[in-house]
Amino acid sequence: MLKFDNVSMRYPGAGDVLRNVSFHLERGEMAFLTGHSGAGKSTLLKLIAVIERCTRGRVLLDGENLNQAKDRQVPYIRRKVGLIFQDYKLLQDRTVFDNVALPLVIAGYGHHEVSRRVRASLDKVGLLGKEKKYPLVLSGGEQQRVGIARAVVNKPPLIVADEPTGNLDPELSAEIMHLFEQFQQVGVTILIASHDISLIAQMNHRILKLDHGQLVAS
Amino acid sequence: MKQVNKKPGKQEPRWQTKISGGNFVDKFHAYRNLHAHALFSSLGRLVASRFSSAMTITVLAIAISLASGFYILVANLQQLAGNLEASNQISLFLKDEISEARANKFANTIRQNPDIQDVKVITKEQALAEFQTYSGFGDAVKALEKNPLPVVIQVLPKNSLKNELVLETLLDDFKRSTEVDFAQMDMQWVKRLQSIMDVARCGVTILSLLLGAGVLFITANTIRLELHNRRDEVVIAKLVGATNSFIHRPFLYGGFWIGFFSGVAAWFIVTTIMLILKQPIERLSGLYDDGFHVLFLGFTETLALLVISSVLGVVGSWIVLHFQLRQLKPE
Repeated sequence: MLKFDNVSMRYPGAGDVLRNVSFHLERGEMAFLTGHSGAGKSTLLKLIAVIERCTRGRVLLDGENLNQAKDRQVPYIRRKVGLIFQDYKLLQDRTVFDNVALPLVIAGYGHHEVSRRVRASLDKVGLLGKEKKYPLVLSGGEQQRVGIARAVVNKPPLIVADEPTGNLDPELSAEIMHLFEQFQQVGVTILIASHDISLIAQMNHRILKLDHGQLVAS
Repeated sequence: MKQVNKKPGKQEPRWQTKISGGNFVDKFHAYRNLHAHALFSSLGRLVASRFSSAMTITVLAIAISLASGFYILVANLQQLAGNLEASNQISLFLKDEISEARANKFANTIRQNPDIQDVKVITKEQALAEFQTYSGFGDAVKALEKNPLPVVIQVLPKNSLKNELVLETLLDDFKRSTEVDFAQMDMQWVKRLQSIMDVARCGVTILSLLLGAGVLFITANTIRLELHNRRDEVVIAKLVGATNSFIHRPFLYGGFWIGFFSGVAAWFIVTTIMLILKQPIERLSGLYDDGFHVLFLGFTETLALLVISSVLGVVGSWIVLHFQLRQLKPE
């Protein structure tokens, strides 16, 4: 599903941020990406979302080389990847429903389809009934659930989360992780960047460890 | 057996570049909904920020009304000049000692000329009355002991007499008559007016271009601010797979609304000014006793005004989107 093939990333003036990173996530696999700050976790995720492009090697998503994608194709690649962020990145002036509906509206789904899928997605994250609320009145855990609902509403084959529990207490963090496991069970590939070692250790999943841009454990 | 290995040539990656989900009718509806949504949400944003929108629109409306106001002014003068052009009227100012009886006799002789269509005698009294009404020196004229105005004969040559040379000969003939003190062909100042009009029209074109450019850049700047304010929204939309056209749409519609409302406001400004000017202009035109009516912005002109201002709004926002949106990259 997601394959890194000898990927190196060099920012001008900053040297190599990623060096010869290679790994392969199978369809339906769930993995954690860990490492100290500045190890290259964020850069690796940016390559998957085609926010950056690697300087050497290949990033393959569903067999397609992301480096060769043209600019106008990038939006359609991103629709295959559900992105989840530490700061949730919700639109504060839109309701929960509108936030979750955004990917569907962008993809051009009809009104009924949007409505049906948003409800299904909110139901999965346990927020059904809060469609009309604004993100600001929700707790941090609930806001992250909205972010997750938005990421899965379009049924992407891959979910990529960047420190999704970074702002949450341990109990809520465990709940969120459990939610990810549920998506994995229905065949979604999941990659979660996190430096919450104790939480990761509790869960029995593959761990990719980055150290100074190199993959030291896989 | 030889196996032909087909090497995959330069192949387009198979990322779909079409609207996905639902059947054709659903897609069409979604597309229509997207446009309707962008159209009305941009209108909603304009209303939400009433004060700044109103200021922008007022500035634009003033610029547009200046251009269209000058245009309609020139159109009115044009109409005036056009009416005058039709008549090659010659005015004969008779010598002071010529009596009205003699003037009438002289007028009759002119009527005999087959080239003349109409002759009209304006007596001293008529001239004075007209002068009193329109000159604004009514009281001063009353104070005069003697009517200083001469008898005037207005000669209208046949329309077929377009040839200037023939008209010049006719004028020279009149000038030589013993009764005539001074003969003047109205054509001459009509021609001068025409030249002035050409200059005015040219000026209006240049002014309109300048003001149009102003409107373009004011809209562009407004949309730039809007883009700046909605930076987060744009970035999030990009992250969840929005195409550039999806992101452009609400801003383009925003530019359209700004342009359109400025056009409407400009129309009201121009029409109000014309209503204020209507009376004095018609009084002025009465002096030429022509069928002159003040021209307002007609249907075609109004339509053109709205279309041009809307297009300027859309183009202005497009310029900004084209040059600024590329810099907005998700972090």
